[in-house]
Amino acid sequence: MDHSGEKGNLSQVQHVVLVLSGKGGVGKSTLTTELALALRHAGKTVGILDVDLCGPSIPRMLGADQQVVHQCDAGWVPVYTDTQKSLALMSIGFLLESPDEAVVWRGPKKTALIGQFVSDVAWGELDFLLVDTPPGTSDEHLAVVENLRKHKVDGAILVTTPQAVSTGDVRREITFCKKIGLRILGIVENMSGFVCPHCSECSNIFSKGGGEELAKLTGSPFLGCVPLDPQLTASIEEGKDFMQAFPESSTFSSINRIAQAVMASTEAA
Amino acid sequence: MADVPSNAPEHCPGTSSAQAGKSSSCQGCPNQAICASGATKAPDPAIEEIRVKMASVKHKVLVLSGKGGVGKSTISTQLAHGLAGDSTTEVALLDVDICGPSIPKMMGVEGEQVHQSGSGWSPVYVEDNLAVMSVGFLLSSPDDAIIWRGPKKNGMIKQFLRDVDWGQVDYLIVDTPPGTSDEHLSVVQYLCGAGVDGAIIVTTPQEVSLQDVRKVIRFCEKVGLPVIGVVENMSGFLCPKCKTMTQIFPPTTGGAEKMCLDMGLSFLERVPLDPRIGKSCDEGRAFLMDVADSPAAAAYRNIVRRVTEYCASRRHQGDAD
Repeated sequence: MDHSGEKGNLSQVQHVVLVLSGKGGVGKSTLTTELALALRHAGKTVGILDVDLCGPSIPRMLGADQQVVHQCDAGWVPVYTDTQKSLALMSIGFLLESPDEAVVWRGPKKTALIGQFVSDVAWGELDFLLVDTPPGTSDEHLAVVENLRKHKVDGAILVTTPQAVSTGDVRREITFCKKIGLRILGIVENMSGFVCPHCSECSNIFSKGGGEELAKLTGSPFLGCVPLDPQLTASIEEGKDFMQAFPESSTFSSINRIAQAVMASTEAA
Repeated sequence: MADVPSNAPEHCPGTSSAQAGKSSSCQGCPNQAICASGATKAPDPAIEEIRVKMASVKHKVLVLSGKGGVGKSTISTQLAHGLAGDSTTEVALLDVDICGPSIPKMMGVEGEQVHQSGSGWSPVYVEDNLAVMSVGFLLSSPDDAIIWRGPKKNGMIKQFLRDVDWGQVDYLIVDTPPGTSDEHLSVVQYLCGAGVDGAIIVTTPQEVSLQDVRKVIRFCEKVGLPVIGVVENMSGFLCPKCKTMTQIFPPTTGGAEKMCLDMGLSFLERVPLDPRIGKSCDEGRAFLMDVADSPAAAAYRNIVRRVTEYCASRRHQGDAD
């Protein structure tokens, strides 16, 4: 079906992937950021839409927190992290006057802004648009899915940490995906084990294997584990490109594998 | 009167919202005229009902964080266990995280049901002096997702505050979802008549988390909610083999202590990462009692002490007024 007439600003976007989790702080934004960088290293042009309105982290994670959004005829111009314009970002973080400013909004206002984010950002040509979401199954998620309905969404990546308290929330998110007819590209187990930099002993701080178990239980593909890595948290803190800085680390290869799997499953569909 | 009438359209902004009767979704709603008249924007009568209900609750403490997954529910449960360690103290724990209720699992009461009695909903008792209420008890299966927009969540929170039969309680701890949105506004607004002692703010050491937490502190300022203090959770990991401390989430900007100094807030405690905490929570056991000799348990005990002292001093101030 040809929707190009009504798709507007998203007409030149090839694939749309949502990053979801019922649980907060499991690494949705970190994974979105690293996945975007990995896809870019694979030669793709990538956009990130951050719809976490109360806690936007993406601008800082990509070292773009000082940037502002400009207007053009087609709408809002996203912020580019590089001169080749291969990685574009849009976040409410770019619209706030001070980084400490709180966005104390109830649902309907959030829904309205997300509608604008989906329709009014001039993304241009993109291979992938990754949508980073806040935790839960509420206003923001419904708003994104409803507004993207005109456009084909390839599917969702679900992020969890290994412990049962987290997989329990993600199980609910899977029900959400099924209810609204969103394809699950796969589950990622983040913060999976920590290797002590001194003695190389691996401690499973948040237990182990919960993500894979959940994937089996719900019949979803398992995309892999990402370990706890102080180098990754430090890169995220400083807005540095981890995928460029530590190509020899095991974290790099696990993220890269996830990126390859995402490319394979979206391009096959 | 619920915030969203049952015959309202899907995108109803809520009868008490500034958009009531005026938003595009109000077109054709049978309640549009009354909403537009402003009659529904008068203070919700539930605020007074909640004030009366809460007269039997001495202290109310919120646990907040702008960031998800920093350990709000873990801190809430350990605080509840710690306070309830004194058998003469009655403790209640209310989980207002509607989309991701973790409290039932962490307290080992998953799958329990809430019963209705003449005086309201009976909470689930973990100990004789420790009662728990969560939307988790109202779900029929662990797969059940609550896909609710704000107004519906607000209605649920109102019911939790107004209709749960807590009885005589010394401490009510309210565990919240991440962010500064519907759930937080609702709790604060519904409790404004009854009065909240203050909020404990939970963060992890890294700036990505602190930047969200500063927003929640601004939120507390905006709504006039006192901050009891800030807890830095996941603060360093002690390798069980070589005993080296690693900062997995590095405090690149000085962590919570520096933020407290800058913002004039009390810094309560640093709680280290310990694999046994997550394990206890998964199994619904009280880490604080199970591994009482660990550094993390000592940190939790100190948080309990600080909160008790804070609440006691507020009580004295209240008496003096």
